[in-house]
Amino acid sequence: MSGVKIEEKLFQNRYLVDAERPHIRIRDGSVCEKKCEAQPCVVCCPAACYSREGRKVVLITDGCLECGACRIVCNVHRNLDWEYPRGGYGIQYKFG
Amino acid sequence: MTETFDVIVVGAGPAGNAAAYTLAQAGMNVLQIERGESAGAKNVQGAILYSDALERLIPNFRDEAPLERHIIEQRMWVLDDASYIGTHFRSDEFNTPPHNRYTIIRAKFDKWFAKKVREAGALVINETTVTELLRDASGKVIGVRTDRAGGDLHADVVILADGVNTTLARKAGFRAEIEPRHVALAVKETHFLPRETIESRFNVQKGEGVVIEMLGKITQGMMGTGFLYTNKDSVSIGVGCMLSDFMAQQTTPYELLERMKAHPSIRPLIQGGELKEYAAHLIPEGGYNAIPQVFGDGWLIAGDSGMFVNAVHREGSNLAMTTGRMAAELVIDLHKAGRPMTAANLAEYRHRLDDSFVMKDLKKYKDLPDILHANNQFLTTYPELLNRSAYTMLKVDGVDKLSKEREIFASFRDKRSLFGLLGDAFKLWRALR
Repeated sequence: MSGVKIEEKLFQNRYLVDAERPHIRIRDGSVCEKKCEAQPCVVCCPAACYSREGRKVVLITDGCLECGACRIVCNVHRNLDWEYPRGGYGIQYKFG
Repeated sequence: MTETFDVIVVGAGPAGNAAAYTLAQAGMNVLQIERGESAGAKNVQGAILYSDALERLIPNFRDEAPLERHIIEQRMWVLDDASYIGTHFRSDEFNTPPHNRYTIIRAKFDKWFAKKVREAGALVINETTVTELLRDASGKVIGVRTDRAGGDLHADVVILADGVNTTLARKAGFRAEIEPRHVALAVKETHFLPRETIESRFNVQKGEGVVIEMLGKITQGMMGTGFLYTNKDSVSIGVGCMLSDFMAQQTTPYELLERMKAHPSIRPLIQGGELKEYAAHLIPEGGYNAIPQVFGDGWLIAGDSGMFVNAVHREGSNLAMTTGRMAAELVIDLHKAGRPMTAANLAEYRHRLDDSFVMKDLKKYKDLPDILHANNQFLTTYPELLNRSAYTMLKVDGVDKLSKEREIFASFRDKRSLFGLLGDAFKLWRALR
């Protein structure tokens, strides 16, 4: 079912985006591209923050739900710098 | 701030709020730090509130807490692709006050709980992320560093109620990174519907609610469950599976939820609903064997951060409140006795937990996660066999019932073999006894 529009789901959520200060960063993009066969972050991220451009993994954290799954599944190469957003920023659940 | 607090509590979820509330009530000088805009802004739960754990803290909570519906009916569904077979338990005893459990909306509930913490006398700071623990030369935790300017804050002891990602304990080296097989990833949507629609659709009256727990083919062979809970004017629907299982296949969490929502038995229940939020969260389901070190020099862990979740009975927030309260009670006892917050003295926390239902329950099911991981027939083959059996037996088609029984028995034997069936029964019995 590739017809799921994750953007439409995320659009319902309330975010305070910390512009230009992503709280998760890929340490070395070449590790994802050349050494990580599985790229589990792409399938596991519930907000589709990770996408593929060819073999490259592109990370855009604006829709992040701060679950932590990406950090835990990156268990072979440990290639993420993962922090919570600064206080007050990021997802602000209305219902939770 | 150069002040030293008696206690700093990190996090304003059920564990942090229970801890801070208990401490403040006892007159301790408490600082609680929350990274969300307000308490609850970062928190996600199904959500069922079991009354008991909260009642021990705030006996009259029913008069003032924002509760959605009290649960009078619990449904357990085992699904294949076209059908479900299940049990419904509905009792008027669950409809008689004081009610045993409620659906809640966490953002509202946590905000209320945080207000109680403030009223009890704690200093609560929102919109502040704790980035690491401060430690002295001996390694003792002496406070926290926050992302505010000049944001170092000191205390005699720090209670880590910072949630499933257990960021502070990990960074401090108190525990290793969480393993993918020890957490479930759950996604959930909140769909709004008119109150009357919910009540007629689920056969309940004002204030009454229904929960549906689901397992079977909706998780596509992954170890996990789905749920649908009724709130006042919305339903919460979600699905969660072990993160290690998500890694091993190609369906995204939101695709899995979309497919579940499209199931012919589920779709009519949410039809016409307006989606107003999509959430995701990890649930620590590693069980007893995955519980980390929960105390040390100057620190204690409570709630999800300590893996205190009973996945079998879908209990988490009550364990969070209980461990938060118990951590606070020990701190109060030590403080009153004038004893320092050393690892040796705080070790009593683990002893008290071991003597409580928290650890007793977790210990009871300690082998279940591994058994289900190694035997996914319980989540795939059996749901299908059960549903096919029911269909075979109930379809009136001119075939005699004895032949139908033989066909059903043969289907089980073909899929699992006689030894397989006996072995599966034994495994389940051993894991659940």
